[in-house]
Amino acid sequence: MKTPLKFDINLLELSGVAKRFGGLSALSDISLHIQRGEIYGLIGPNGAGKTTLFNILTGLYQADSGHFTFNNTEYNGRCQPHVLAQAGIARTFQNIRLFANMTALENVMVGRHLRTSSGIWGALTRNARTRIEEHEIVQHARTLLNYVGIDRPHQTLAKNLSYGEQRRLEIARALATDPKLLALDEPAAGMNATETENLKELLLSIRASGITVLLIEHDVKFVLGLCDRVAVLDYGKKIAEDVPEKIRCNPAVITAYLGAEPNIPAYAEIQS
Amino acid sequence: MRNVLKRLLPINKHGAWLAFVVLTIVLLALPFFTDELFGRGWVRILNFALLYIMLALGLNIVVGYAGLLDLGYIAFFAVGAYCYALLSSPQLGLHLPFWIVLPLGALLACLFGVLLGAPTLRLRGDYLAIVTLGFGEIIRIFLNNLNAPINITNGPQGISMIDPIRFGEFSLGNTHELFGLIFPSVHLHYYLFLFFTLLVIFISLRLEDSRIGRAWMAIREDEVAAKAMGINTRNIKLLAFAMGATFGGLAGGLFAGFQGFVSPESFGLTESITVLCMVVLGGMGNINGVLLGGILLVVLPEALRHGSGPAQQLLFGKTLIDPESLRMLLFGLALITVMLWRPAGLWPSNQRRRELVTENDAAQR
Repeated sequence: MKTPLKFDINLLELSGVAKRFGGLSALSDISLHIQRGEIYGLIGPNGAGKTTLFNILTGLYQADSGHFTFNNTEYNGRCQPHVLAQAGIARTFQNIRLFANMTALENVMVGRHLRTSSGIWGALTRNARTRIEEHEIVQHARTLLNYVGIDRPHQTLAKNLSYGEQRRLEIARALATDPKLLALDEPAAGMNATETENLKELLLSIRASGITVLLIEHDVKFVLGLCDRVAVLDYGKKIAEDVPEKIRCNPAVITAYLGAEPNIPAYAEIQS
Repeated sequence: MRNVLKRLLPINKHGAWLAFVVLTIVLLALPFFTDELFGRGWVRILNFALLYIMLALGLNIVVGYAGLLDLGYIAFFAVGAYCYALLSSPQLGLHLPFWIVLPLGALLACLFGVLLGAPTLRLRGDYLAIVTLGFGEIIRIFLNNLNAPINITNGPQGISMIDPIRFGEFSLGNTHELFGLIFPSVHLHYYLFLFFTLLVIFISLRLEDSRIGRAWMAIREDEVAAKAMGINTRNIKLLAFAMGATFGGLAGGLFAGFQGFVSPESFGLTESITVLCMVVLGGMGNINGVLLGGILLVVLPEALRHGSGPAQQLLFGKTLIDPESLRMLLFGLALITVMLWRPAGLWPSNQRRRELVTENDAAQR
């Protein structure tokens, strides 16, 4: 069997990741793998643990157990966020978290922080190295703003952008960190049909540029139409992981989303 | 320097030169004019205004840029002042020169900044405010009580007879005649303070418009997002505390050298609040605003002190309310009015200005 070389290696491999909040088991024993260059969807009903998984992957939460391998390096699920960002995991947030009182350009420039290095001394003397670096940051940020399609002046404050633009600005900011894995938490939420279509094109283009995309989305049609593979979470457990065509008719998934055939005796009594 | 001015004032290229020349002349001549018009006491007030501006700019880094509410900022001022006082007075019998003691005070304050910053890294908002408040009080109470069993700080009496600031044989404590002009001690201090204030403004501007400055502002806007973008929030926050504290320590050293006397009384909570007021009232995160806030909050109470008595005489023919108590009343009223009318401060961070600067820079490149 011959498969394309770029799909040979797993970029991310989770094994046995678990997280509890007090008595609630938000994630239990999650294992999955994401291949380089694919668009991987993560779906599931509300409260299934999708965002919790994102937070562990990006270091905002500490996993109780389990570990994951990213880009051939093993992480124990208790890393600092900036370590994981440095490794190449960038994310957006479900409820947009931009730097509201900074300009669109500055937002993306902050994303360059971890790929640049000038410190206090450089800032004070503004030496040649710092000037070149600043110039590179601005150019890079402008390119990314154009790439995600923000036509508004780049000096507009982030909070004054439209909803769709804010979503795209978050993607631009994440892309500025030169990620290997771009994790998007419900990027299409609240978008109209045209915006969703544009987003789809943007994501395909990002994938074409060699960045692996991990996607949480409630819009099942959007996910199944876009993703190469999909995992389904329910009550903190992975109930399915497959290509979209098979997910669509997986009985466990249908049960999770629509509920099971009632087979409770009491229910049957009422029926009769 | 011209570029710095261009950042401060919303004027074009040619105007910047003119403004630079005019501003230089005004700043250099200011103590002489003030001396002539209002008396020597007002030059002293000018000096205090400069000290407070340095403090406010330091606090602006912590509160304005990084968004960390610090209610004990005056502690760093105290550290700088006491460092100077201890190492350059008969108290411990040490008389180290100014150019060693001042940087040492700033460095020590910087260290205290990190010391305060480290345990408070996980705290935000109200909780951070309470811890910093406690820190400020701890420093003051320590200074107040470190006179027994070994007398280090001389307790509530404070340290007096601190050496004047001296460059070799040239002491700022005496009147000097230079270029045919008589420079009293207070004028000389004015020029020294002016130099350091300009230095602090310069550093603030450069930091604001840098990778570090952006990281501070990102933390202020959304710490979680800043973390996820790969900013090492621990180091960047500590840097903000350290930079702010350094400016505070610097101002403290200058204060001790100018005043010749320090006591714990000068470093109470009220002082912390006053500096915070300057930052908030003027416009958080905007250097112009902070400058304006600093000047207003030093000059206004003094103006009210000197002006409210005669004003009452003029209006009612006699002094109804003691000017000393009236001035705090009016001052409080002014603060409330400003906050109601301009909640973002008198001179809020001006987006339009930043817009022009960045566009120009891009065009020049």
